Amino acid sequence: MTSDRPAPAHAPIHEPAIVAPIAGYITQVYAVADAEIQKLRHDPSELLTRALQPAIWLLLFGQVMAQVRGIADGGRYLDFLAPGILAQSVLFAAIFYGIAAIWERDLGVLHRYMVSPAPRSALVLGKAGSSGVRGLSQAVIVYGLAVLMGIDVSFAPAHIAGVALFIAIGSALFSTFSLIIACIVKTRERFMGIGQVLTMPIFFASNAIYPIELMPGWLKAISSANPLTYEVDGLRTLMLTGGTTKYGLGFDYAVLIAVTAGLVAIAARMYPRLTG
Amino acid sequence: MAVSDTCREPKGPGIIETRALTRQFGEILAVDGVSLEVQPHEIFGLIGPNGAGKSTLIKMLTTLLPPSSGAARVAGYDVERQPAKVRTHIGYVPQLLSADGALTAYENLLVSARLYLVPRSEREARIASALKLMGLEDAASRLVDGFSGGMIRRLEIAQSMIHEPEILFMDEPTVGLDPVARHAVWGHVRRLRERLGTTILITTHLMDEADELCDRIGVLHAGRLEEVGSPAELKGRMGPDATLEDVFAHVTGTEITSGGSYRDVRQTRASARAHS
Ligand SMILES: Nc1ncnc2c1ncn2[C@@H]1O[C@H](COP(=O)(O)OP(=O)(O)OP(=O)(O)O)[C@@H](O)[C@H]1O
Ligand SMILES: [Mg+2]
Repeated sequence: MTSDRPAPAHAPIHEPAIVAPIAGYITQVYAVADAEIQKLRHDPSELLTRALQPAIWLLLFGQVMAQVRGIADGGRYLDFLAPGILAQSVLFAAIFYGIAAIWERDLGVLHRYMVSPAPRSALVLGKAGSSGVRGLSQAVIVYGLAVLMGIDVSFAPAHIAGVALFIAIGSALFSTFSLIIACIVKTRERFMGIGQVLTMPIFFASNAIYPIELMPGWLKAISSANPLTYEVDGLRTLMLTGGTTKYGLGFDYAVLIAVTAGLVAIAARMYPRLTG
Repeated sequence: MAVSDTCREPKGPGIIETRALTRQFGEILAVDGVSLEVQPHEIFGLIGPNGAGKSTLIKMLTTLLPPSSGAARVAGYDVERQPAKVRTHIGYVPQLLSADGALTAYENLLVSARLYLVPRSEREARIASALKLMGLEDAASRLVDGFSGGMIRRLEIAQSMIHEPEILFMDEPTVGLDPVARHAVWGHVRRLRERLGTTILITTHLMDEADELCDRIGVLHAGRLEEVGSPAELKGRMGPDATLEDVFAHVTGTEITSGGSYRDVRQTRASARAHS
């Protein structure tokens, strides 16, 4: 019962003004992100099981569709598909964040975060950041698969860095989107239902597996409003040697960053509803 | 009743003050016009049957749940208008187990230390001393999933005090613990108050726990705060040999009139229990 601890010390941390607010904010974001990353480190099996899906798409879907002429502007379909599948794996890994949030709420873990003084936006950004790390580890696996399949992957450092940035932002975007859905539906069962209903259109109403030019007008319009389209466009430009952009990389980044910022702002407002 | 009587006389502004605090869920009045004042350094117990509104009251005081009407000040700050301020001054042990099972004990504490902006230079020392105080040094690097219920509770108490809060809210902290572990928690609670002057608001279904540990007790029934006083006062109001069980039954058993002897009351309580 003896203690080597100093006597009552309320003062130091009760005045966060002495901590530079920005440094404090970053610490809180990092607290959340690091916790997620440590979980991945303790049990990396999730990363491997998640690698199966892109493998199946590339090996089965890709091989069959490659026989269909005219789908990829005369280029190799597998080359066209690989960045789309990379974007898909980012999307699917990120969509899991909503259900994880509901899970954390059910376990009571979320209550602990919510009673802390961390700004709600810091909690959201922490999750978004860890989603970026998950997405990047997915990317490593998809790159490996792509190389094995003889896809002409670019390893120029600038391209790799650009891809990493797209993956990080895309992961943050879709995980935050998923979090918002969780705050609306609130239960696991409802999320499971709606999660499927949302992921499929996001994936198929995009340029991930076929060019937008092949779509009817109304679907074209939807795809142009779909952030995944800009994620794929960016990845298609940077992942392959000689990749070209349809919208311009700057525009792709701008769209994704703007949408992410908007979603984070919304999620920060809605997150407390999960524990309410 | 080892606890000193010095904290009993109401004086000065309460460190927790509620005024007609009310929370409705649809038709249900979970908390109904509760006005309460808890003094600094007090150990205040909330008792009441299932669904009485104990957890709902605590959730409002910890800023997890907005009140429907009424007001509450915690550590001098309004829970609705200054929730971030309130959060820096409080710790919370939720009714649900809230430690993250996928992390180690150390990592759980690290998350809390970072979220509460414990200065980096103090983090390790605080974590080490919290682990030591709760007897978890040897389990620090083990995943919490493998912990017993008692160990998890101890970890949560360690987490909730890592930032040395002025006020600690504990929602049934000893539920599911064996008698030894329960007494250990009582010891920790008392020591916290002695060493740091922490004010503690605790809920329990165990009358002996309330009797032993608390300076004052509030009895909630159907959302209303029916009785407040020291264990001795509450019992004294009932009769010379009354127990806290009798008080509880008197307040919550609807069929009991003030004329009934405490023996009758005890009988009624036994049957009321059988029905619940
Ligand atoms: N989120 C919610 N939505 C709807 N009703 C709720 C919600 N939370 C609590 N209630 C209702 O409010 C009332 C009070 O619940 P509360 O959990 O505060 O009781 P309690 O005293 O903590 O009970 P217990 O001893 O079982 O923990 C109950 O009738 C409960 O069903
Ligand atoms: Mg409760």
